[in-house]
Amino acid sequence: MTVTETELAEHFEATVARGDRIEPRDWMPEAYRKTLIRQIAQHAHSEIIGMQPEGNWISRAPSLRRKAILLAKVQDEAGHGLYLYSACETLGTARRELTEKLLSGKQKYSSIFNYPTPSYADVGTIGWLVDGAAICNQVPLCRTSFGPYGRAMIRICKEESFHQRQGYELLMTMMRGTEEQRAMVQESVDRFWWPALMMFGPPDDASPHTGQSMAWGIKRNTNDELRQKFVDMTVPQARALGVTLPDPELRWNSERRAHDFGEPDWDEFWAVVEGNGPCNAERLDRRRRAHEDGAWVRDAAVAFAEEGAR
Amino acid sequence: MISDDLLGNDAHWAFGTDFEDPLAGVDTTVPDGVDPASLARYCLMLGDDALVLSQRLSEWCSRAPDLEEDIALANVALDLLGQARLLLARAAAADPSVVPALPDDSPVPAEDALAFFRSPAEFRNVTMAELPNGDFAEAITRLLLLSTCRLAEFESMAAHPDAVLAAVAAKGRKELAYHRDFAARWFVTLARGTAESRRRVLDALDGLWAFWPELDAPAGVEVVLDQVFAAADVSRPEVAPARGLGRECVHTEALTDLLAEMQSVARAHPRGLW
Repeated sequence: MTVTETELAEHFEATVARGDRIEPRDWMPEAYRKTLIRQIAQHAHSEIIGMQPEGNWISRAPSLRRKAILLAKVQDEAGHGLYLYSACETLGTARRELTEKLLSGKQKYSSIFNYPTPSYADVGTIGWLVDGAAICNQVPLCRTSFGPYGRAMIRICKEESFHQRQGYELLMTMMRGTEEQRAMVQESVDRFWWPALMMFGPPDDASPHTGQSMAWGIKRNTNDELRQKFVDMTVPQARALGVTLPDPELRWNSERRAHDFGEPDWDEFWAVVEGNGPCNAERLDRRRRAHEDGAWVRDAAVAFAEEGAR
Repeated sequence: MISDDLLGNDAHWAFGTDFEDPLAGVDTTVPDGVDPASLARYCLMLGDDALVLSQRLSEWCSRAPDLEEDIALANVALDLLGQARLLLARAAAADPSVVPALPDDSPVPAEDALAFFRSPAEFRNVTMAELPNGDFAEAITRLLLLSTCRLAEFESMAAHPDAVLAAVAAKGRKELAYHRDFAARWFVTLARGTAESRRRVLDALDGLWAFWPELDAPAGVEVVLDQVFAAADVSRPEVAPARGLGRECVHTEALTDLLAEMQSVARAHPRGLW
Protein backbone atom coordinates (compact mmCIF):
# COMPACT_ATOMS: atom_id res chain seq x y z
CA MET A 1 0.00 0.00 0.00
CA THR A 2 1.45 3.37 -0.95
CA VAL A 3 1.11 6.41 1.20
CA THR A 4 -0.86 9.13 -0.51
CA GLU A 5 0.17 12.75 -0.74
CA THR A 6 -2.79 13.64 1.45
CA GLU A 7 -1.61 11.31 4.20
CA LEU A 8 1.90 12.75 3.99
CA ALA A 9 0.51 16.25 4.22
CA GLU A 10 -1.60 15.30 7.23
CA HIS A 11 1.43 13.80 8.96
CA PHE A 12 3.41 16.97 8.23
CA GLU A 13 0.67 19.25 9.54
CA ALA A 14 0.33 17.13 12.68
CA THR A 15 4.09 17.25 13.34
CA VAL A 16 4.13 21.04 13.03
CA ALA A 17 0.98 21.37 15.16
CA ARG A 18 2.58 19.30 17.95
CA GLY A 19 5.55 21.69 17.86
CA ASP A 20 7.91 18.89 16.76
CA ARG A 21 10.69 19.44 14.25
CA ILE A 22 10.59 18.63 10.57
CA GLU A 23 13.90 17.01 9.56
CA PRO A 24 15.56 17.03 6.10
CA ARG A 25 14.48 13.46 5.20
CA ASP A 26 10.85 14.09 6.17
CA TRP A 27 8.26 14.77 3.53
CA MET A 28 7.38 18.47 3.32
CA PRO A 29 5.18 20.57 1.03
CA GLU A 30 7.13 22.11 -1.85
CA ALA A 31 6.00 25.60 -0.82
CA TYR A 32 7.31 25.03 2.72
CA ARG A 33 10.69 23.98 1.30
CA LYS A 34 10.77 27.03 -0.98
CA THR A 35 9.84 29.43 1.80
CA LEU A 36 12.53 28.00 4.06
CA ILE A 37 15.19 28.19 1.37
CA ARG A 38 14.24 31.81 0.71
CA GLN A 39 14.32 32.73 4.40
CA ILE A 40 17.47 30.81 5.38
CA ALA A 41 19.35 31.96 2.29
CA GLN A 42 18.42 35.57 2.96
CA HIS A 43 19.67 35.15 6.49
CA ALA A 44 22.92 33.52 5.34
CA HIS A 45 23.51 36.27 2.77
CA SER A 46 22.89 38.87 5.49
CA GLU A 47 25.64 37.37 7.61
CA ILE A 48 28.08 37.43 4.71
CA ILE A 49 27.25 40.94 3.46
CA GLY A 50 27.04 42.02 7.11
CA MET A 51 30.77 41.36 7.45
CA GLN A 52 31.51 44.44 5.37
CA PRO A 53 30.15 47.49 7.23
CA GLU A 54 32.00 46.59 10.43
CA GLY A 55 34.86 44.78 8.71
CA ASN A 56 35.79 48.12 7.17
CA TRP A 57 36.97 49.21 10.62
CA ILE A 58 39.19 46.23 11.49
CA SER A 59 42.25 47.92 9.99
CA ARG A 60 41.57 51.11 11.99
CA ALA A 61 40.30 49.82 15.35
CA PRO A 62 41.66 52.29 17.93
CA SER A 63 43.12 49.75 20.37
CA LEU A 64 44.54 46.24 19.99
CA ARG A 65 41.85 44.90 22.32
CA ARG A 66 39.11 46.42 20.13
CA LYS A 67 40.82 45.10 17.01
CA ALA A 68 40.77 41.56 18.45
CA ILE A 69 37.11 41.86 19.49
CA LEU A 70 36.05 43.21 16.09
CA LEU A 71 38.02 40.72 14.03
CA ALA A 72 36.61 37.86 16.10
CA LYS A 73 33.10 39.21 15.66
CA VAL A 74 33.34 39.55 11.90
CA GLN A 75 34.82 36.06 11.78
CA ASP A 76 31.79 34.80 13.74
CA GLU A 77 29.54 36.27 11.07
CA ALA A 78 31.34 34.25 8.40
CA GLY A 79 30.77 31.22 10.65
CA HIS A 80 27.05 32.00 10.92
CA GLY A 81 26.91 32.22 7.14
CA LEU A 82 28.49 28.78 6.95
CA TYR A 83 26.01 27.14 9.36
CA LEU A 84 23.08 28.70 7.54
CA TYR A 85 24.28 27.73 4.06
CA SER A 86 24.73 24.22 5.45
CA ALA A 87 21.16 24.24 6.84
CA CYS A 88 20.00 25.33 3.38
CA GLU A 89 21.95 22.53 1.73
CA THR A 90 19.88 20.00 3.72
CA LEU A 91 16.91 21.31 1.69
CA GLY A 92 18.67 20.40 -1.53
CA THR A 93 20.18 23.70 -2.60
CA ALA A 94 23.98 23.98 -2.93
CA ARG A 95 25.90 26.93 -1.49
CA ARG A 96 27.19 27.66 -4.99
CA GLU A 97 23.64 28.19 -6.32
CA LEU A 98 22.75 30.43 -3.40
CA THR A 99 25.89 32.51 -3.90
CA GLU A 100 24.98 32.96 -7.56
CA LYS A 101 21.49 34.11 -6.60
CA LEU A 102 22.93 36.62 -4.14
CA LEU A 103 25.36 37.99 -6.72
CA SER A 104 22.72 38.26 -9.43
CA GLY A 105 20.35 40.02 -7.04
CA LYS A 106 17.72 37.24 -7.21
CA GLN A 107 17.97 36.72 -3.45
CA LYS A 108 18.10 39.54 -0.93
CA TYR A 109 19.94 40.21 2.30
CA SER A 110 18.98 42.44 5.21
CA SER A 111 18.74 46.05 4.08
CA ILE A 112 20.43 47.31 7.23
CA PHE A 113 23.80 46.44 5.70
CA ASN A 114 23.21 48.90 2.89
CA TYR A 115 23.76 51.76 5.31
CA PRO A 116 27.29 53.19 5.62
CA THR A 117 29.52 53.08 8.72
CA PRO A 118 31.38 56.42 8.68
CA SER A 119 32.42 56.38 12.36
CA TYR A 120 34.01 53.93 14.79
CA ALA A 121 31.00 54.39 17.06
CA ASP A 122 29.03 52.56 14.36
CA VAL A 123 30.81 49.36 15.37
CA GLY A 124 29.24 49.72 18.82
CA THR A 125 25.86 50.84 17.51
CA ILE A 126 25.64 47.92 15.11
CA GLY A 127 26.39 45.58 17.99
CA TRP A 128 23.84 47.19 20.26
CA LEU A 129 20.94 48.06 17.92
CA VAL A 130 21.45 45.94 14.81
CA ASP A 131 22.50 42.76 16.59
CA GLY A 132 19.90 43.55 19.25
CA ALA A 133 17.16 43.71 16.61
CA ALA A 134 18.52 40.57 14.98
CA ILE A 135 18.32 38.75 18.32
CA CYS A 136 14.67 39.78 18.79
CA ASN A 137 13.98 38.37 15.33
CA GLN A 138 16.02 35.25 15.82
CA VAL A 139 15.36 34.00 19.34
CA PRO A 140 11.86 32.78 18.35
CA LEU A 141 13.47 31.01 15.36
CA CYS A 142 15.33 28.68 17.73
CA ARG A 143 11.90 26.98 17.99
CA THR A 144 11.23 27.11 14.26
CA SER A 145 9.71 23.96 12.77
CA PHE A 146 12.65 22.98 10.53
CA GLY A 147 15.28 21.16 12.63
CA PRO A 148 18.58 22.20 11.02
CA TYR A 149 17.49 25.87 10.94
CA GLY A 150 16.37 25.85 14.58
CA ARG A 151 19.60 24.25 15.74
CA ALA A 152 21.75 26.67 13.74
CA MET A 153 19.77 29.53 15.27
CA ILE A 154 20.46 28.37 18.83
CA ARG A 155 24.19 28.67 18.29
CA ILE A 156 23.87 31.90 16.32
CA CYS A 157 21.71 33.54 18.99
CA LYS A 158 24.26 32.78 21.70
CA GLU A 159 27.01 34.41 19.67
CA GLU A 160 24.80 37.34 18.68
CA SER A 161 23.99 38.08 22.33
CA PHE A 162 27.70 38.16 23.00
CA HIS A 163 28.18 40.61 20.13
CA GLN A 164 25.38 42.80 21.38
CA ARG A 165 27.01 43.08 24.78
CA GLN A 166 30.36 43.88 23.24
CA GLY A 167 28.80 46.61 21.12
CA TYR A 168 27.00 48.09 24.09
CA GLU A 169 30.17 47.91 26.16
CA LEU A 170 32.09 49.83 23.45
CA LEU A 171 29.45 52.58 23.49
CA MET A 172 29.46 52.65 27.32
CA THR A 173 33.25 53.05 27.30
CA MET A 174 33.11 55.80 24.66
CA MET A 175 30.46 57.64 26.71
CA ARG A 176 32.94 57.72 29.61
CA GLY A 177 35.59 59.18 27.26
CA THR A 178 35.83 62.61 25.67
CA GLU A 179 33.07 65.03 24.67
CA GLU A 180 33.91 64.25 21.05
CA GLN A 181 33.42 60.54 21.63
CA ARG A 182 30.03 61.10 23.29
CA ALA A 183 28.98 63.13 20.25
CA MET A 184 30.13 60.30 17.98
CA VAL A 185 27.95 57.82 19.87
CA GLN A 186 24.85 60.05 19.72
CA GLU A 187 25.35 60.78 16.03
CA SER A 188 25.70 57.10 15.26
CA VAL A 189 22.57 56.16 17.27
CA ASP A 190 20.65 58.90 15.43
CA ARG A 191 21.61 57.36 12.08
CA PHE A 192 20.93 53.74 12.98
CA TRP A 193 17.73 53.98 15.03
CA TRP A 194 15.20 54.06 12.21
CA PRO A 195 16.99 51.55 9.96
CA ALA A 196 17.18 49.21 13.00
CA LEU A 197 13.37 49.45 13.43
CA MET A 198 12.97 48.63 9.75
CA MET A 199 14.88 45.37 10.28
CA PHE A 200 11.65 43.76 11.49
CA GLY A 201 10.20 44.15 8.02
CA PRO A 202 7.12 46.00 6.78
CA PRO A 203 4.07 46.50 9.01
CA ASP A 204 1.94 43.37 9.44
CA ASP A 205 -0.71 44.57 6.98
CA ALA A 206 1.97 44.87 4.26
CA SER A 207 3.84 41.61 4.97
CA PRO A 208 2.67 39.06 2.40
CA HIS A 209 4.46 35.97 3.76
CA THR A 210 3.74 36.30 7.48
CA GLY A 211 0.42 34.38 7.69
CA GLN A 212 1.56 31.21 5.93
CA SER A 213 4.98 31.25 7.64
CA MET A 214 3.32 31.42 11.05
CA ALA A 215 0.95 28.58 10.20
CA TRP A 216 3.93 26.43 9.23
CA GLY A 217 5.82 27.27 12.41
CA ILE A 218 8.63 28.87 10.40
CA LYS A 219 7.88 32.26 11.88
CA ARG A 220 6.71 32.63 15.47
CA ASN A 221 5.79 36.33 15.87
CA THR A 222 4.61 39.06 13.54
CA ASN A 223 6.89 41.91 12.45
CA ASP A 224 5.01 44.48 14.54
CA GLU A 225 5.10 42.33 17.68
CA LEU A 226 8.84 41.95 17.42
CA ARG A 227 9.37 45.65 16.64
CA GLN A 228 7.43 46.56 19.79
CA LYS A 229 9.48 44.14 21.88
CA PHE A 230 12.69 45.66 20.55
CA VAL A 231 11.62 49.22 21.34
CA ASP A 232 10.56 48.27 24.87
CA MET A 233 13.86 46.51 25.45
CA THR A 234 16.02 49.28 24.00
CA VAL A 235 14.58 52.39 25.65
CA PRO A 236 15.97 51.63 29.15
CA GLN A 237 19.30 50.65 27.62
CA ALA A 238 19.50 54.01 25.85
CA ARG A 239 18.74 55.78 29.11
CA ALA A 240 21.50 53.84 30.92
CA LEU A 241 23.88 54.72 28.12
CA GLY A 242 22.98 58.41 28.21
CA VAL A 243 21.84 58.81 24.61
CA THR A 244 18.51 59.94 23.19
CA LEU A 245 16.57 58.05 20.53
CA PRO A 246 15.60 60.27 17.58
CA ASP A 247 11.83 59.85 17.79
CA PRO A 248 9.70 62.72 19.19
CA GLU A 249 6.69 60.38 19.45
CA LEU A 250 8.50 57.87 21.65
CA ARG A 251 6.87 57.65 25.08
CA TRP A 252 5.66 55.11 27.65
CA ASN A 253 1.99 54.21 27.33
CA SER A 254 0.86 53.05 30.77
CA GLU A 255 -2.44 51.64 29.45
CA ARG A 256 -0.73 49.40 26.91
CA ARG A 257 2.26 48.89 29.23
CA ALA A 258 4.45 49.44 26.17
CA HIS A 259 6.10 52.32 24.36
CA ASP A 260 4.32 54.25 21.66
CA PHE A 261 6.66 55.21 18.85
CA GLY A 262 6.70 56.87 15.47
CA GLU A 263 6.35 55.27 12.05
CA PRO A 264 9.57 54.44 10.18
CA ASP A 265 9.85 55.94 6.70
CA TRP A 266 8.52 52.99 4.69
CA ASP A 267 9.29 54.70 1.38
CA GLU A 268 12.94 54.68 2.38
CA PHE A 269 12.62 51.03 3.44
CA TRP A 270 11.23 49.96 0.05
CA ALA A 271 13.79 52.07 -1.82
CA VAL A 272 16.65 50.29 -0.02
CA VAL A 273 15.02 46.86 -0.54
CA GLU A 274 14.72 47.65 -4.25
CA GLY A 275 18.46 48.31 -4.41
CA ASN A 276 18.56 52.07 -4.04
CA GLY A 277 20.08 52.40 -0.57
CA PRO A 278 23.31 54.26 0.09
CA CYS A 279 25.61 51.20 -0.22
CA ASN A 280 23.70 48.48 -2.13
CA ALA A 281 25.95 48.59 -5.18
CA GLU A 282 29.13 48.80 -3.14
CA ARG A 283 28.29 45.81 -0.93
CA LEU A 284 27.38 43.54 -3.83
CA ASP A 285 30.38 44.69 -5.87
CA ARG A 286 32.76 43.76 -3.08
CA ARG A 287 31.17 40.31 -2.75
CA ARG A 288 31.18 39.78 -6.50
CA ARG A 289 34.83 40.79 -6.77
CA ALA A 290 35.88 38.49 -3.93
CA HIS A 291 33.96 35.65 -5.56
CA GLU A 292 35.50 36.26 -8.99
CA ASP A 293 39.01 36.79 -7.61
CA GLY A 294 38.72 33.49 -5.74
CA ALA A 295 37.50 31.42 -8.72
CA TRP A 296 40.98 30.22 -9.68
CA VAL A 297 41.61 29.10 -6.07
CA ARG A 298 38.40 27.08 -5.92
CA ASP A 299 39.23 25.55 -9.33
CA ALA A 300 42.71 24.63 -8.08
CA ALA A 301 41.27 22.94 -4.99
CA VAL A 302 38.91 20.86 -7.16
CA ALA A 303 41.70 19.92 -9.59
CA PHE A 304 43.99 18.92 -6.71
CA ALA A 305 41.29 16.82 -5.06
CA GLU A 306 40.60 15.07 -8.38
CA GLU A 307 44.30 14.39 -8.86
CA GLY A 308 44.41 12.81 -5.39
CA ALA A 309 41.35 10.67 -6.15
CA ARG A 310 42.93 9.19 -9.27
CA MET B 1 16.37 43.25 32.88
CA ILE B 2 18.68 42.93 29.90
CA SER B 3 20.26 46.33 30.48
CA ASP B 4 21.37 45.28 33.97
CA ASP B 5 23.07 42.23 32.51
CA LEU B 6 24.71 44.37 29.90
CA LEU B 7 26.13 46.72 32.48
CA GLY B 8 27.53 43.90 34.58
CA ASN B 9 30.90 42.36 34.04
CA ASP B 10 30.12 38.70 34.52
CA ALA B 11 32.52 35.87 33.95
CA HIS B 12 30.93 34.86 30.63
CA TRP B 13 32.20 38.04 29.06
CA ALA B 14 35.57 36.99 27.65
CA PHE B 15 36.66 40.52 26.83
CA GLY B 16 35.55 41.97 30.15
CA THR B 17 35.68 45.63 30.88
CA ASP B 18 38.67 45.14 33.17
CA PHE B 19 40.77 43.38 30.59
CA GLU B 20 43.12 46.26 29.90
CA ASP B 21 46.54 44.71 30.26
CA PRO B 22 47.28 41.40 28.51
CA LEU B 23 49.91 40.65 31.16
CA ALA B 24 47.62 41.51 34.10
CA GLY B 25 48.61 39.48 37.15
CA VAL B 26 51.87 38.25 35.58
CA ASP B 27 55.22 38.84 37.32
CA THR B 28 57.15 40.92 34.78
CA THR B 29 60.40 41.24 36.75
CA VAL B 30 63.30 40.74 34.35
CA PRO B 31 65.40 37.79 35.60
CA ASP B 32 69.05 38.24 36.59
CA GLY B 33 71.45 37.88 33.71
CA VAL B 34 68.93 39.16 31.13
CA ASP B 35 69.53 42.67 29.79
CA PRO B 36 66.16 44.49 29.89
CA ALA B 37 66.96 46.64 26.85
CA SER B 38 67.86 43.70 24.63
CA LEU B 39 64.88 41.72 25.93
CA ALA B 40 62.57 44.62 25.00
CA ARG B 41 64.19 44.92 21.59
CA TYR B 42 63.74 41.18 20.95
CA CYS B 43 60.08 41.39 22.01
CA LEU B 44 59.52 44.35 19.69
CA MET B 45 61.03 42.45 16.74
CA LEU B 46 58.72 39.48 17.24
CA GLY B 47 55.78 41.60 18.35
CA ASP B 48 56.00 43.90 15.33
CA ASP B 49 56.29 40.94 12.94
CA ALA B 50 53.06 39.58 14.41
CA LEU B 51 51.24 42.91 14.48
CA VAL B 52 52.09 43.88 10.92
CA LEU B 53 51.42 40.45 9.42
CA SER B 54 48.15 40.28 11.37
CA GLN B 55 47.15 43.62 9.88
CA ARG B 56 47.89 42.36 6.36
CA LEU B 57 46.00 39.10 6.93
CA SER B 58 42.98 40.88 8.34
CA GLU B 59 42.73 42.86 5.08
CA TRP B 60 41.54 39.54 3.61
CA CYS B 61 38.47 39.59 5.84
CA SER B 62 35.34 39.36 3.61
CA ARG B 63 37.57 39.03 0.53
CA ALA B 64 38.89 35.43 0.68
CA PRO B 65 38.22 32.85 -2.07
CA ASP B 66 35.66 31.01 0.07
CA LEU B 67 34.10 31.22 3.52
CA GLU B 68 36.37 28.54 5.00
CA GLU B 69 39.48 30.48 3.97
CA ASP B 70 38.00 33.75 5.19
CA ILE B 71 37.54 32.18 8.61
CA ALA B 72 40.97 30.54 8.61
CA LEU B 73 42.84 33.71 7.64
CA ALA B 74 40.97 35.70 10.30
CA ASN B 75 41.90 33.01 12.79
CA VAL B 76 45.59 33.28 11.94
CA ALA B 77 45.36 37.08 12.13
CA LEU B 78 43.73 36.80 15.56
CA ASP B 79 46.39 34.43 16.87
CA LEU B 80 49.13 36.78 15.68
CA LEU B 81 47.37 39.78 17.16
CA GLY B 82 47.24 37.94 20.49
CA GLN B 83 50.97 37.23 20.27
CA ALA B 84 51.67 40.86 19.37
CA ARG B 85 49.74 42.14 22.40
CA LEU B 86 51.68 39.92 24.79
CA LEU B 87 55.04 40.73 23.23
CA LEU B 88 54.47 44.50 23.09
CA ALA B 89 53.27 44.49 26.68
CA ARG B 90 56.34 42.44 27.64
CA ALA B 91 58.63 44.91 25.85
CA ALA B 92 57.03 47.84 27.69
CA ALA B 93 57.29 46.14 31.07
CA ALA B 94 60.93 45.11 30.53
CA ASP B 95 62.12 48.51 29.34
CA PRO B 96 59.60 51.36 29.70
CA SER B 97 61.89 53.65 27.69
CA VAL B 98 60.76 51.92 24.45
CA VAL B 99 57.18 53.22 24.96
CA PRO B 100 56.49 56.54 23.20
CA ALA B 101 56.01 59.42 25.63
CA LEU B 102 52.33 60.41 26.01
CA PRO B 103 50.89 63.00 28.40
CA ASP B 104 50.82 61.85 32.04
CA ASP B 105 47.03 61.61 32.11
CA SER B 106 46.85 59.68 28.83
CA PRO B 107 44.48 56.70 29.12
CA VAL B 108 46.40 54.77 26.42
CA PRO B 109 47.84 51.44 27.72
CA ALA B 110 51.45 50.58 26.87
CA GLU B 111 50.59 47.99 24.21
CA ASP B 112 48.51 50.59 22.37
CA ALA B 113 51.11 53.34 22.81
CA LEU B 114 53.58 51.02 21.08
CA ALA B 115 51.17 49.99 18.33
CA PHE B 116 49.53 53.33 17.61
CA PHE B 117 51.99 56.03 18.62
CA ARG B 118 55.30 54.86 17.18
CA SER B 119 56.45 56.10 13.77
CA PRO B 120 57.40 53.66 10.99
CA ALA B 121 61.10 54.28 11.78
CA GLU B 122 60.55 52.75 15.23
CA PHE B 123 59.12 49.43 14.00
CA ARG B 124 61.37 46.37 13.93
CA ASN B 125 59.37 43.96 11.77
CA VAL B 126 60.93 42.21 8.77
CA THR B 127 60.12 43.59 5.31
CA MET B 128 58.23 40.47 4.24
CA ALA B 129 55.52 41.11 6.84
CA GLU B 130 54.75 44.61 5.59
CA LEU B 131 54.66 44.06 1.79
CA PRO B 132 51.29 45.02 0.30
CA ASN B 133 48.91 42.11 -0.20
CA GLY B 134 48.92 40.32 -3.54
CA ASP B 135 46.68 37.43 -4.54
CA PHE B 136 45.78 34.38 -2.43
CA ALA B 137 48.91 32.54 -3.64
CA GLU B 138 51.00 35.40 -2.32
CA ALA B 139 49.20 35.36 1.05
CA ILE B 140 49.73 31.61 1.39
CA THR B 141 53.38 31.70 0.35
CA ARG B 142 54.14 34.60 2.66
CA LEU B 143 52.41 32.83 5.54
CA LEU B 144 54.31 29.61 4.80
CA LEU B 145 57.70 31.35 4.90
CA LEU B 146 56.99 33.55 7.92
CA SER B 147 55.21 30.93 10.03
CA THR B 148 57.88 28.29 9.39
CA CYS B 149 60.57 30.70 10.62
CA ARG B 150 58.49 31.97 13.51
CA LEU B 151 57.65 28.46 14.69
CA ALA B 152 61.36 27.58 14.85
CA GLU B 153 62.03 30.83 16.70
CA PHE B 154 59.27 30.11 19.23
CA GLU B 155 60.53 26.55 19.74
CA SER B 156 63.89 27.82 20.90
CA MET B 157 62.24 30.71 22.78
CA ALA B 158 60.32 28.20 24.91
CA ALA B 159 63.61 27.72 26.82
CA HIS B 160 64.19 31.48 27.27
CA PRO B 161 65.37 32.50 30.77
CA ASP B 162 62.56 35.09 30.86
CA ALA B 163 59.55 33.15 32.10
CA VAL B 164 57.08 35.52 30.41
CA LEU B 165 58.68 35.00 27.02
CA ALA B 166 58.90 31.26 27.59
CA ALA B 167 55.17 31.19 28.34
CA VAL B 168 54.36 33.26 25.23
CA ALA B 169 56.41 30.77 23.21
CA ALA B 170 54.72 27.73 24.73
CA LYS B 171 51.27 29.08 23.82
CA GLY B 172 52.31 30.41 20.42
CA ARG B 173 53.96 27.22 19.22
CA LYS B 174 50.63 25.41 18.86
CA GLU B 175 49.14 28.34 16.98
CA LEU B 176 52.12 28.65 14.65
CA ALA B 177 52.17 24.94 13.90
CA TYR B 178 48.57 25.29 12.70
CA HIS B 179 49.44 28.38 10.63
CA ARG B 180 52.32 26.59 8.96
CA ASP B 181 50.27 23.47 8.24
CA PHE B 182 47.40 25.52 6.83
CA ALA B 183 49.80 27.44 4.57
CA ALA B 184 51.73 24.31 3.54
CA ARG B 185 48.53 22.47 2.58
CA TRP B 186 47.38 25.33 0.41
CA PHE B 187 50.86 25.82 -1.05
CA VAL B 188 50.90 22.20 -2.24
CA THR B 189 47.27 22.42 -3.43
CA LEU B 190 47.94 25.51 -5.50
CA ALA B 191 51.27 24.23 -6.86
CA ARG B 192 49.61 21.01 -8.03
CA GLY B 193 46.14 22.34 -8.80
CA THR B 194 45.73 24.01 -12.19
CA ALA B 195 48.26 25.58 -14.56
CA GLU B 196 47.07 28.99 -13.43
CA SER B 197 47.36 28.27 -9.70
CA ARG B 198 50.84 26.82 -10.23
CA ARG B 199 51.94 29.87 -12.18
CA ARG B 200 50.60 32.16 -9.46
CA VAL B 201 52.27 30.30 -6.61
CA LEU B 202 55.62 30.22 -8.44
CA ASP B 203 55.35 33.96 -9.12
CA ALA B 204 54.58 34.57 -5.45
CA LEU B 205 57.55 32.49 -4.32
CA ASP B 206 59.88 34.30 -6.74
CA GLY B 207 58.68 37.66 -5.47
CA LEU B 208 58.99 36.80 -1.79
CA TRP B 209 62.21 34.82 -1.91
CA ALA B 210 64.29 37.99 -2.26
CA PHE B 211 63.22 38.83 1.30
CA TRP B 212 64.01 35.36 2.66
CA PRO B 213 67.63 36.13 3.76
CA GLU B 214 66.35 38.95 5.96
CA LEU B 215 64.41 36.42 8.03
CA ASP B 216 67.74 34.91 9.10
CA ALA B 217 66.03 31.53 9.38
CA PRO B 218 66.98 29.44 12.44
CA ALA B 219 68.68 26.10 11.77
CA GLY B 220 66.35 23.40 10.53
CA VAL B 221 63.86 25.72 8.88
CA GLU B 222 65.14 25.10 5.37
CA VAL B 223 64.82 21.34 5.86
CA VAL B 224 61.10 21.79 6.64
CA LEU B 225 60.62 24.14 3.71
CA ASP B 226 62.39 21.75 1.36
CA GLN B 227 59.89 19.05 2.35
CA VAL B 228 56.99 21.32 1.47
CA PHE B 229 58.67 22.35 -1.78
CA ALA B 230 59.27 18.69 -2.67
CA ALA B 231 55.61 17.82 -2.03
CA ALA B 232 54.66 20.77 -4.22
CA ASP B 233 57.22 19.83 -6.89
CA VAL B 234 58.77 23.29 -6.61
CA SER B 235 62.45 24.18 -6.31
CA ARG B 236 63.98 27.02 -4.37
CA PRO B 237 64.05 30.11 -6.55
CA GLU B 238 67.33 31.68 -7.55
CA VAL B 239 66.69 35.31 -6.87
CA ALA B 240 69.08 38.08 -5.81
CA PRO B 241 68.38 39.05 -2.18
CA ALA B 242 66.63 42.38 -1.58
CA ARG B 243 68.06 44.89 0.85
CA GLY B 244 65.88 44.06 3.83
CA LEU B 245 66.72 46.06 6.94
CA GLY B 246 63.45 45.91 8.85
CA ARG B 247 65.17 44.81 12.06
CA GLU B 248 67.19 48.04 11.86
CA CYS B 249 63.95 50.01 11.49
CA VAL B 250 64.41 50.68 7.78
CA HIS B 251 61.13 50.08 5.95
CA THR B 252 59.34 50.32 2.63
CA GLU B 253 56.64 52.90 1.96
CA ALA B 254 54.13 50.08 2.39
CA LEU B 255 54.65 50.20 6.16
CA THR B 256 54.06 53.95 6.23
CA ASP B 257 50.71 53.45 4.51
CA LEU B 258 49.78 50.49 6.68
CA LEU B 259 50.48 52.41 9.89
CA ALA B 260 48.81 55.61 8.68
CA GLU B 261 45.61 53.64 8.29
CA MET B 262 45.98 51.51 11.41
CA GLN B 263 46.81 54.45 13.67
CA SER B 264 44.32 56.97 12.27
CA VAL B 265 41.48 56.66 14.80
CA ALA B 266 43.71 56.20 17.85
CA ARG B 267 45.70 59.33 16.92
CA ALA B 268 42.59 61.38 16.17
CA HIS B 269 41.45 60.75 19.77
CA PRO B 270 44.65 60.59 21.87
CA ARG B 271 42.61 61.00 25.05
CA GLY B 272 39.82 58.74 23.93
CA LEU B 273 38.64 55.75 25.93
CA TRP B 274 38.00 52.61 23.91
